[in-house]
Amino acid sequence: MNKQLQQGGDFSARLAAGIKSIQWPLIALGMILLFNLIFTEGFFEISIQNGRLVGSLMDLLKRAAPRLIVALGMTLVIATGGIDISVGSIAAIAGALAVLVIRGGDITYLATQDTSTVSILLVILVALSAAAVCGLFNGLLVSVVKIQPIVATLILMVTGRGMAMLFTGGYVLNYDHPGYKSLGVGDWLGLPIPIYIAIFILIVLAVLTNRTPLGLLIQSTGGNETASRYSGTNTTLVRILVYVIAGVCSGVAGIIFTADVQSADAAFIGLWIELEAILAVVIGGTSMAGGRYSLAGTVVGALIIQTLITTLLTRAVPVQFTLIFQAAVVVVVLMLQSPRVKEMTFKRRARKEASTHA
Amino acid sequence: MAPTDPKMWIRLSWIHENTSQLYMNANDTILSIKGLSKSFPGVKALSNVDFTLRRGEIHALMGENGAGKSTVIKVLTGVYKRDAGEIIYNGAPLDCKSPLQAQEAGISPVYQEVNLVPNLSVAENVFLGRQPMKRGCIDWKTMNREAAKIIRRFDLEIDIEKNLGDYPVAIQQMVAIARALELNSKILILDEPTSSLNVQETERLFTQMRRLKDEGQAIIFITHFVDQMYEIADTVTVLRNGTYIGTWPVAELNKLQLISKLLGKEAEKLSEVTASRSRNELGDERGRGQRVIETRGLGKTGGIKPLDLRVAAGEVLGCAGLLGSGRTELANLLFGIDAADEGVLLVEGEETKIKNPRKALQLGLALSPEDRKDQGIIGDLSVRENIILALQNRKGWFKTLSRAEQQEIADRYIEILNIKTPSADQAIKNLSGGNQQKVIIGRWLATNPKFLILDEPTRGIDVGAKTEIQKLIVELSKQEMAVMFISSELEEIARCSTKVMVMHDMKVSNILEGDDINENTIMHAIAERHTDGE
Repeated sequence: MNKQLQQGGDFSARLAAGIKSIQWPLIALGMILLFNLIFTEGFFEISIQNGRLVGSLMDLLKRAAPRLIVALGMTLVIATGGIDISVGSIAAIAGALAVLVIRGGDITYLATQDTSTVSILLVILVALSAAAVCGLFNGLLVSVVKIQPIVATLILMVTGRGMAMLFTGGYVLNYDHPGYKSLGVGDWLGLPIPIYIAIFILIVLAVLTNRTPLGLLIQSTGGNETASRYSGTNTTLVRILVYVIAGVCSGVAGIIFTADVQSADAAFIGLWIELEAILAVVIGGTSMAGGRYSLAGTVVGALIIQTLITTLLTRAVPVQFTLIFQAAVVVVVLMLQSPRVKEMTFKRRARKEASTHA
Repeated sequence: MAPTDPKMWIRLSWIHENTSQLYMNANDTILSIKGLSKSFPGVKALSNVDFTLRRGEIHALMGENGAGKSTVIKVLTGVYKRDAGEIIYNGAPLDCKSPLQAQEAGISPVYQEVNLVPNLSVAENVFLGRQPMKRGCIDWKTMNREAAKIIRRFDLEIDIEKNLGDYPVAIQQMVAIARALELNSKILILDEPTSSLNVQETERLFTQMRRLKDEGQAIIFITHFVDQMYEIADTVTVLRNGTYIGTWPVAELNKLQLISKLLGKEAEKLSEVTASRSRNELGDERGRGQRVIETRGLGKTGGIKPLDLRVAAGEVLGCAGLLGSGRTELANLLFGIDAADEGVLLVEGEETKIKNPRKALQLGLALSPEDRKDQGIIGDLSVRENIILALQNRKGWFKTLSRAEQQEIADRYIEILNIKTPSADQAIKNLSGGNQQKVIIGRWLATNPKFLILDEPTRGIDVGAKTEIQKLIVELSKQEMAVMFISSELEEIARCSTKVMVMHDMKVSNILEGDDINENTIMHAIAERHTDGE
């Protein structure tokens, strides 16, 4: 009983510590939402149409889902001190392959498509296996060949999109497969399916990193690779694994993207998503230097980016300004987290206190 | 107001000449450091260090790892801020706030790893940051001409327009020195310049050093090579564990005396043989247990020379020798950090190959590495995570230690080892050096190893923690663990070991057993090798 109580206390203490570690991103998100609550009419309005929830907020979450999934994978890569800029291309490969499988290998442009009967499991399996192989390729380049991560993944970033275009023959391929389509546009219990997928991935990764040694080994590898290796960690395997996980996450995002628009355009699937993902991770408080990471922080980071984009869109800010706004908010959030800025504010506070005491 | 009387002129200039000479003599001293102290959190890096440097002098600064040699230089050049003490440079107090300021004042360090730009030309490197300009562009002609002139002074036959990286390290080092001197340096600091040079290259460097000395240049020569110090230096200052041991003219200090200063035992007392009492208390029956580690001709090309070694359960094999004698290299070889390419290794009688630390861990070996910060701790992680890391790795991916188990293990070792931390969840980087060291030892004890290698476990930690670790070593051997204990401090080697191995030049030079083990014999064993080398 006592022990249970203690564990309960332990858990709430850990929860509090967890929230504290991502307090700045949380505050930033809260401020953007507060702004919308006051100034954007109907931002929080949710209505029920045909049994599904509709509103800006729902749209926001649905759009955030695939980006979040990529960012979660990216978090683990960054935690090992690496980076993966090929996630967009891997999404394109997975999406293109999925559509190719649905169409039975037919890449004739604008051919009228009959409803495909290919098993959705087969489609997903092929797409995600390809994504995993891409991740494995990255992982081997980084950990065995020892190429710098940004260069190693640049290879696949460039060639991957080319490969995806080969799969689609360079065309925008449409398809008709109700099951696959529902992964992007479907809903369940009123909520869009992509949201469920994102939550599922989040839980899988949380369990994988907390209930197995993976989380510890990732953090020790990123924190001090030499010390970790000297302590018997198979840092090579850890590195390969994180890239494979990031690859699979990108593959999932690629599936959602192509399911959402019911076609595959290899040139645009997941374009620039690596930048959004890296930004989400960094805003979420994970250091690019590796070591400590926070999946929850990444969730908040991805939500901040998407909320910002949606806010700017709903407030009809001219498109040419949105990127500037986005950049400004990112700079503010990063500054709030910077140790140097913190140090400076503390110093000022200390000085103030000293002067009031004097 | 010129004096009208010509005799007056002569007299005045005579006075002037003489006073200037007097002035020169009195100010022969270019740098004088007094009572220099510097602490880092949990570590007293320097306490009360004195150092005096004269013009035209090569002054060696010696000490084992962690003695504070580089800290002195870093304080001098403004990398660190000193806590106490004064630095008089050229007759005026000096307080450099940055290396740039030190450089402007004429203090130029040349580090062990040449910190120039390999993919720029030699000439560019010499003039890096102050290239001669002409109409807003770099004046290549002048720069190359000037650089060639400078390089020629060093008797170097190199093409100054080729990339610096195309030349061997020795040449790069020479270019770095040329650059430092070109910066109008009054004090040239050479930090372990010979550690990556071969004999001929070293000789070449020494020739240049002698020439500079004759020109009146003051040189600080940091080295751990005893023989080289005797070859080139005029004066030697010894530091040990951050304290100033003394300064001697090289001619007045023989090798045995020097080594005793380096390792911390007064040479005069060496004649008094003090048998180590605690070892006798432990009894002699130890060391007869089962043989845990055995090597037959184990070695690595370019590293440890083929070596036979036996460590039995309950035995503490002390490993002594100067820096660079092969102590750490041997530890790395046994633990699979470096792969052996000859000889045989047996763990508990079974022949095996240890290719990496993972394999070593699986076989029940453990290593607390020499460099705590870079090889031991994972700074951002908690004490708990740092403790369980090796155990979790030993258990493998599919046997996860639950949070409760982790907590229990961490708490146990925090208690056993008396680790001072607010909680197991404290980030290890916030602990003092001694407590960090205990965490690393705890990490390995948690794996219940058969053979524990401790590489300088007591370096840079406070006296209390030091004693605790020494006691722990004795305690572990009583529990039938085989321990290899590497240390630069002969006193603790003598006190804790049942057998002492003295290393020199990448091989075992001496093995001391039983009553032969005391500081005196170890010191003589070390010094013997060095005098042999003459």
